[in-house]
Amino acid sequence: MTLFYALIAIGSLALIFGLILGFAAIRFRVEGNPIVEQIDTILPQTQCGQCGYPGCRPYAEAIANGDEINKCPPGGESTMKKLAGLMGVDEKPLAGGEQAEPVKTVAYIREDECIGCTKCIQACPVDAILGATRQMHTVLIDECTGCDLCVEPCPVDCIDMLPVAETKQNWKWQLDAIPVTQID
Amino acid sequence: MDKLLEQIKKGTVWAFPGGIHPPQQKSLSNSASITRLPLPDKLIVALKQHIGANGKLLVEKGQHVLKGQPLTEPAANWSVPVHAPSSGVVTDIAPMPSAHPSALPELSVIIEPDGKDEWVALNKNKNPAELSHDELINIIHQAGISGMGGAGFPTYVKADTKQPIDFLIVNAVECEPYITADDVLMREHAKEVIQGIEIMQQLLNPTLCIVGIEDNKPEAIAAMKQAAEHNSKIIIQTVPTIYPSGGEKQLIKLLTNREVPSIGIPADIGILVHNTGTLFAVQQAVYEGKPLIERIVTVTGNTIHKPGNVWALLGTEIKHLLDCQGFSPVPQQSVVMGGPMMGFTLPTVRIGIVKTTNCILAPDHKELAEPGPEKACIRCSACADACPASLLPQQLQWFAKSKEYDKLQEHNLFDCIECGACAYVCPSEIPLVQYYRIAKVEIKEQQADKIKADRAKERFDARKERLEREQEERQNRHKRKPAAKSADEKQKVAEALARVKNKSDNGDEKSAVAAAIARAKAKKQEGEELEPDNSEVAKERALRKEQARKYKEQKSQTDESAETTPVDDKKSAVAAAIARAKAKKAAQALDNAEQAASEEPQNDAPVDDKKSAVAAAIARAKAKKAAQALDNAEQTASEVPQSDAPDDDKKAAVAAAIARAKAKKAAQALDNAEQATSEEPQSDAPVDDKKAAVAAAIARAKAKKAAKALEEAEQTASEVPQSDAPVDDKKAAVAAAIARAKAKKAAKSLEDAEQTVSEAPQSDTPADAKKAAVAAAIARAKAKKAAKALEDTEQTQPQELQVDSAAPKSAESNTDDSSNSTEADKPKSADDKKKAAVAAAIARAKAKKLQKEGNNQS
Repeated sequence: MTLFYALIAIGSLALIFGLILGFAAIRFRVEGNPIVEQIDTILPQTQCGQCGYPGCRPYAEAIANGDEINKCPPGGESTMKKLAGLMGVDEKPLAGGEQAEPVKTVAYIREDECIGCTKCIQACPVDAILGATRQMHTVLIDECTGCDLCVEPCPVDCIDMLPVAETKQNWKWQLDAIPVTQID
Repeated sequence: MDKLLEQIKKGTVWAFPGGIHPPQQKSLSNSASITRLPLPDKLIVALKQHIGANGKLLVEKGQHVLKGQPLTEPAANWSVPVHAPSSGVVTDIAPMPSAHPSALPELSVIIEPDGKDEWVALNKNKNPAELSHDELINIIHQAGISGMGGAGFPTYVKADTKQPIDFLIVNAVECEPYITADDVLMREHAKEVIQGIEIMQQLLNPTLCIVGIEDNKPEAIAAMKQAAEHNSKIIIQTVPTIYPSGGEKQLIKLLTNREVPSIGIPADIGILVHNTGTLFAVQQAVYEGKPLIERIVTVTGNTIHKPGNVWALLGTEIKHLLDCQGFSPVPQQSVVMGGPMMGFTLPTVRIGIVKTTNCILAPDHKELAEPGPEKACIRCSACADACPASLLPQQLQWFAKSKEYDKLQEHNLFDCIECGACAYVCPSEIPLVQYYRIAKVEIKEQQADKIKADRAKERFDARKERLEREQEERQNRHKRKPAAKSADEKQKVAEALARVKNKSDNGDEKSAVAAAIARAKAKKQEGEELEPDNSEVAKERALRKEQARKYKEQKSQTDESAETTPVDDKKSAVAAAIARAKAKKAAQALDNAEQAASEEPQNDAPVDDKKSAVAAAIARAKAKKAAQALDNAEQTASEVPQSDAPDDDKKAAVAAAIARAKAKKAAQALDNAEQATSEEPQSDAPVDDKKAAVAAAIARAKAKKAAKALEEAEQTASEVPQSDAPVDDKKAAVAAAIARAKAKKAAKSLEDAEQTVSEAPQSDTPADAKKAAVAAAIARAKAKKAAKALEDTEQTQPQELQVDSAAPKSAESNTDDSSNSTEADKPKSADDKKKAAVAAAIARAKAKKLQKEGNNQS
């Protein structure tokens, strides 16, 4: 008899919790994979495709599905480290041996040479190039992510990737620099 | 608050955590009085010497400027002007090394003084108490005054604080070793400083003003106390000498025991801090009208022969200051701007001094040794004891080295004032502050990157969306054609239904109408193949028609008549189906016939004229036959619908609507057909004249037929609603209006048809006179036919239209006249084909007009 009571008690408890869990599974269902969002926010959003995926989000999805975390050259080592922390995997050197801190660049169109073919406009993933057919094009520096995607399609090779100018705001103290004083 | 005030007035001074006691070295420079430097041969005035934006340039290269003349004017927020420090010529405006550890170039105005030191007109105020708040703020703003203690915050912004201020604190602490600029300023200009304080009091109206002076400046304290005697709201507070008591937050803690929140400004807790030098500049600006063009700079260090304080014009090269005070550099000499604790080593001495330069330190190797190599942290925690902001410098250092920026922020890195106390006490000579500075820049950069990445993502997503949308639009454009066709089929069915429902049983005329509709339909299909994009034209037309309908509705609301014949639904449905089938067949036949007609002459053209004529005749015959077949089909159809009318009002209304749609379609189809026909003869023209003429004739004939059919269709349409009239007056009125609109349209289509016809003969012109004559004859025939059709329309129209019958009759006669006139033109046309064609066209137009008038009248 005791055994019977115990079975009923345990069985009913199991049923109740089962129902609660079942309800929760439906009510609080998470759409999509939330880790993809987190990875996507870490990625630099240059949409350059250097990882082999057509944009940052596809790469985020690939990482969520177990792809390597070291395929993002524009993000550099810091991005890789963040991804390693998020995904709980070991840090590894960047694929292709890129430098740890990539030099930030922006596209610059030599406007005299531009023939107005609009090919770079179509290539730009963030619509940062302004221009029209047979009109000179120019780059919105503030919106350019430095992804290099416009360089390839240019038929006259008039696009340069220039490093971002150093200002007092982004200037960094050089710890290892020898202080040189100019006395005259 | 009262208790706090009492305590402050008693002279209570609180303490802040940490702090260090570096050697003072102030006696080097504070014994001598302030000297004035000889004019330098060059002044490099940087446009931006404060926190905020550049001003807008007012001068240009080569321009002569007077002392105190503004070089820029404030443009954006937090932008303060700079002024010419002496009279002279602007020799260049170019980026020059700036007073910053990086010495990154900053746009500067380079002035070569002319030695006259000629002032601009100064606006002096003897009694500032009379000035309004805004006037004072404006004076301070235009004088280009920004904080002279170190940060360079625009003073006018601070002075215009809207929050209520309890305490105005004057920072005269000057806690850094070596620097004595504020010390000597207070000794020599205490009165002016107090006047500056009073101006601030006037602006901010604080409860109390506390002047904090370190106890190592007894002369300054005495001078200030004496100068402030008359003002009970100014308290001169002596604070112990401890570095960094001159830090804003530390001084506030010292003097008022209040703490500025981590992310906040002193104004949040009702406190405002000004530097002594700034207040002196405010006094000079308000009382003397002098903008900020010079400041006191301490030039000191063991390599300087005459260390002391000098009045230096802003923009004076540091080299000039050093030279004037006697400078004997040691090997590897470093020159520091600012104090030894917070200053930075200058990359070059060819930099002009700015509003925040309070000290130029040229030490030898003994007094300020190059830091030794960094050793490992021994976790002695001396740095934490020394930190005036209660941070954990050691922890911060670890995180900064491993670039764990999140943790740095968790440990409140941004509360670090970079005073250097931790590095000063560090036994391992770790350049802690440098690590923090780098980390701060990195974090700010990352934040900026994050913002940029978010924007990039947003733009990328927007672009993706746009591309998808464009692609969809493209696909839709491709899809539209087949979709339209299926819609057409549906409409065809609807048409058939309408025909079935709307026919009355008085046979012959009706059958003609039906045939016309069928033909029109067939033609429409033909036309659609030629140009699939006529839906827009149709839409326009529908709009116009609707307008006409509305107009007619108003006009004919009194129209009503007719009777009803009840039958049954099933029968009618069956009949309708049969009729539809027949109509389809007929339409197909018509199609074939017409195609044959249009194609045959073209193919035969080079062979024989007669043959082509025969072919055309055959084609015409075929077309006629088809039309007849259609007629029959529609007769059957027409019997059923009438019986339906009384059954159901709604049904009748629907039928009327369908009839209208049909009419519309027919009109449209007619248009298309005519376009098609007009194209054919034109292309034929060069081949064979006769053939072309025949083709044209065929086309014309077709067009005519269609027009006639249309007219008849409208008659039926007008009759159907009439039978419904007793059921519902309004409905009847609507139906009548519709019928009338339809008639109008038919007329229009006829017009179009005739235009095409007129085009055809014109293209034939190179051929021969006979052809022209034929064309004219055809035109005449057409006109007659149209007139007759009109007549028919009106005859079939009900009783109330009989009143108007006179009008159509006259129209008829006129039409006849016009055709006669065309006949008269015939001999002429032998002379000139073109003329004949024109005449024919005119005749046609006249006929049309009359017809139209008749329609309108009805």
